[in-house]
Amino acid sequence: MIFEVFRQERKGQPFAHAGSIEAPDAAFADAWAREQYGRRGESEALWLVPRDSVHQITEWADEFDLKYRRVDGYSIKSRLKEARERAGNTSAVDR
Amino acid sequence: MNARATLLLSIADDELILGWRDSEWTGIAPTLEEDVAFSSIAQNEIGHARALYELAAVELGSDADALAFDRPPEEYRCAPFVELRLMDWAHTIARRYLYEEADRVRLDALRRSDDTELAGLAAKIDREEVYHRMHAEMWAARLRDEPRFRAAVNELWPYALGVLEPQQRAELARRVGLSDESSQAVERGEHTPELTELWNEMTEVRRSVPGASW
Amino acid sequence: MDARTQEFLAYVQDGGQVEATDWLPDEYRQKLIKFIEMHANSELMGVLPEREWILKAPTLQRKLALTAKVQDEVGHAQLIYRVAEDLGKPRDEMFADLLSGKAKFHNVFHYPTHTWGDVGVIAWLVDAAAIISQKALLKCSYAPYARIMKKICWEESFHILHGRDVILAMMTGTDAQRELVQEAVTRWWGPLMQFHGNPIAREEDPMYVWRIKSQGNEEARQQFLEGYVPQIWELGLTVPDPNLRRSDDGVWEYSEPDWAELKSVVTGHGPRSQERLAFRARFLEQEKWVRDAMLAA
Repeated sequence: MIFEVFRQERKGQPFAHAGSIEAPDAAFADAWAREQYGRRGESEALWLVPRDSVHQITEWADEFDLKYRRVDGYSIKSRLKEARERAGNTSAVDR
Repeated sequence: MNARATLLLSIADDELILGWRDSEWTGIAPTLEEDVAFSSIAQNEIGHARALYELAAVELGSDADALAFDRPPEEYRCAPFVELRLMDWAHTIARRYLYEEADRVRLDALRRSDDTELAGLAAKIDREEVYHRMHAEMWAARLRDEPRFRAAVNELWPYALGVLEPQQRAELARRVGLSDESSQAVERGEHTPELTELWNEMTEVRRSVPGASW
Repeated sequence: MDARTQEFLAYVQDGGQVEATDWLPDEYRQKLIKFIEMHANSELMGVLPEREWILKAPTLQRKLALTAKVQDEVGHAQLIYRVAEDLGKPRDEMFADLLSGKAKFHNVFHYPTHTWGDVGVIAWLVDAAAIISQKALLKCSYAPYARIMKKICWEESFHILHGRDVILAMMTGTDAQRELVQEAVTRWWGPLMQFHGNPIAREEDPMYVWRIKSQGNEEARQQFLEGYVPQIWELGLTVPDPNLRRSDDGVWEYSEPDWAELKSVVTGHGPRSQERLAFRARFLEQEKWVRDAMLAA
């Protein structure tokens, strides 16, 4: 069985994919992964996940404009300038 | 030499020589993954030996390296069990398994010792040995039905008994499920010719420039 | 080259990376597997010259350090073979090809070690040459390989420091110890100069073209010389090349390495090639029953 190894370097940090180990079962995967990814005390924690349990998603429906959901979909500069002018703040520095 | 120093040296020598034997597998274990794990075990044993030698060094006015390497073979106090050259996996794992069981009995006794320094070190070693035991048990379970492994365990059993003091052997026998007839035990005291061979190789570089710093 | 492959080539040359599940051109996949396999084989075979010195290490500290270093190399082999396995080549097949001579491993691991001086020189200079090549893989177009290189490079950094420490202990020791170091440096210089391969232009090196490596052979060698010749000379050590010098424009000049020797060695005619392959074959064969036991349910 192939086990994917996810590694947390320090408390609070995300678990990042660090590699994979082929092992007969979970006991061997534990014994082997703890040395391969932790013998220097370099890992706070490991997750061992059978490869078959990892469901990968790489395809996305990208048909319509999604910018309204993102910061780069908004440009407020010119409207802000106009609103400030209306409020009598023509001398205000454009921020 | 007082009893404490003798005890420290016998355990240190066990760990050093077994660690040396186990380090022979670096690069040639059955799989790369096991090779990495097994090498950590060997390093841990050398680390335990070093800590024990350091305690003994205070008693004996010496240092850990001098105790580890500069005594002649006949002055080592290791059990014959650790001296055996076992370059097949069945015997190597059988020894790991039996040694860990014997060591657990020994460490349990030491942790209860009135000698607080030694008890403390025994507890520290024991915390690392937890993983050695897991590893040994994992292999013993997988090779349980393998005739080579069963044969190796039976063959090495008298040697395993010899690691422990006589009064501790019944406990080991109980844990392993084998007979504790101490008449079988291969006792400490007389070394195998393999130890001399090992010592020659182990000390070759060190002896080449005596007294040098490396 | 068809359009899709052309597009792929432009993508990687522009710094793009791909994953195991992406479409790969056949030529890229084949070259990648061959390169990665040679790297894995080298880590595996590199263990053999060093492991006998674990047993002879003259202090407890050195024994621990050398065991840990060699352990790292085995660990690297596992990481690298795993990447090749995910590209479609089973480990058993890679071992078979290594033992038959069909697949290669780096020149330096075909040579004998004679003394503790070799232990120092290998960890200090041979690993230094290797780490330069390995750093050039950190941006490999094949992402799974690039990612494991990060762990490998991080672990190699301790090897070089350990190597230097071993060398410095001897260089500040007795005359006999200093002589061990000089003799080892002299003996290893040839293979070290050959290590990065002959200086084909990087645009003609498929490994660079496909951005598997990010530097050419000569670039790597120059980096090695720039970093390590000063370290060698500052200790009063010499290298057996009267033509070795750094020119005013920062380029190192040196006597032409023996490329015939390199070719002969990597095709299995090195002083220890067959002996080491036979040693490895022996243990693989002897322990087949263990792997079978692990496959059983």
